[in-house]
Amino acid sequence: MESTIVKDSVVIKSRDFNAYFGTNHVVKNVNIDIPRNQVVAVMGPSGCGKTTYLRCINRMHELIPGASSRGEMKINDEDIYEMHPIFVRLKIGMVFQRPNPFPNLSIYDNVIAGYKLNGIKLARTERDRIVEHSLTRVALWNEVKDSLNKKGSFLSGGQQQRLCIARAVAMEPEVLLFDEPTSALDPISTSTVEELFHELKTNYTLIIVTHNMQQAARVSDRTAFFYLGELVEYDETKTMFTNPKDNRTQNYITGRFS
Amino acid sequence: MNIGSVNYRIGKSIGFQLATILFAFACVVPLLAILFYIVKAGITKINWHFLVNVPKPVGEIGGGIANALVGSVIIILVASVIAVPIGIMTGIFLSENRKSKLAYWSRLSVDILQGVPSIVIGIIAYFWLVKPLRGFSALSGSVALAIMMLPIVVRSTEETLKLLPDSLKEAAYALGMPFHRVIFKVIVPCGISGILSGVMLSIARITGETAPLLFTAFGNPYLTTNITKPMHSLPLLIFNYATSPYNDWHDLAWGASLILLMWVLLLNIFTKLITRKWKVQL
Repeated sequence: MESTIVKDSVVIKSRDFNAYFGTNHVVKNVNIDIPRNQVVAVMGPSGCGKTTYLRCINRMHELIPGASSRGEMKINDEDIYEMHPIFVRLKIGMVFQRPNPFPNLSIYDNVIAGYKLNGIKLARTERDRIVEHSLTRVALWNEVKDSLNKKGSFLSGGQQQRLCIARAVAMEPEVLLFDEPTSALDPISTSTVEELFHELKTNYTLIIVTHNMQQAARVSDRTAFFYLGELVEYDETKTMFTNPKDNRTQNYITGRFS
Repeated sequence: MNIGSVNYRIGKSIGFQLATILFAFACVVPLLAILFYIVKAGITKINWHFLVNVPKPVGEIGGGIANALVGSVIIILVASVIAVPIGIMTGIFLSENRKSKLAYWSRLSVDILQGVPSIVIGIIAYFWLVKPLRGFSALSGSVALAIMMLPIVVRSTEETLKLLPDSLKEAAYALGMPFHRVIFKVIVPCGISGILSGVMLSIARITGETAPLLFTAFGNPYLTTNITKPMHSLPLLIFNYATSPYNDWHDLAWGASLILLMWVLLLNIFTKLITRKWKVQL
């Protein structure tokens, strides 16, 4: 298996990466190496550029009018900004803050939406396999296996979010990006989703933006702390929370500002 | 405070409420009056014979409106074939590019187009199509009606799509979908009820238009399906017959008015049903 050979190699690499909204400089000179099959949490106060940085990784940032970026962003040593955005997004899946299943599609079709809506033809058995496998991966299969033909919006918020993760997982990406994936969920759904992260990192590299420090501490192997658009500190989560090197990190994790 | 002044204000409040109820009712009266009068005058004229025959020459009893009925259907179908794709595409463009210069100007043009009197659109179609082609034709009438349909289709498409949350589009883009698939597989299906209701309303709107057809489709006493030749339509028939001196032609006009009215009513009811049935729950 490739993933065992290069287990510790870097998947995503940014060098001097900057992002802008118009003239507003929101991500400043970020250098980061994200290792394969790890969970990396990106935390920081509101408006620190963490979500913008995440959206630059799969080139969703540029969809906003006036948005631009500069610097180096690589996946497996290939420049993301020289690839076609469609290939980038097939390799790097994304889950959003609010669950957003396609309201016009059934649960089944939502899972294979990436194939179905892209016009990729699959044999019936193959589709069934992908749907069952993806829903099992996100611990949703048992809850929905009898209502696969119901609309995705019929599920509860937490189930919808897991459906959205299944939809991203179904495309077999290398990296999964999560933009505050639990901030719209209740505590029980939140812990279900958090458990998934441990499960998912055996196959994927996870980057999770969160404004919740406890969540970062619970789920991640490494943590990046953003403040005012800068990457202040990036380290093993344990080290970061027990022995931060930067004063600002220290102040943030001790709750002196948020 | 003195009781008298409070009672006076309570009385004023009740009076105001009654006035709003009264005026709301007053809005219903004209429609009911029109319905009542046209049904009363037209219902006895409508039978199978009336629907499947063409008009007879003056002096002969009977005759129907088959030519106008078929003509109206054809002219409106052709107008829809022209206006609906253009209108929906423009609506998509406007909702996707809210701030671009082109969007500003095309939105402005569409709004102004909506206010252009229908007779003026008829004249334009006359100069653009009837004169160069040297003859009245159903096609030129359809083009005139298509121009009238456009603003309604464009604006209802734009407004519908603007209401869809951005998260829907992001979900589609994040799965690696190209722009055209995001639009046609996600955005349009989610807004289909609003788009269709706009199309239906625009059809209802042009069904009764007479002015743009006067010097384009022109009218034709015979049944024809050739869109390059003059063709009759219901509003033209009503206009011609109602202004004629013959009593049995007046009767035909009443019958045709009732058909036209029912057509528009059914379209409106159908639109409501579609909107309810096909609405995608977000």
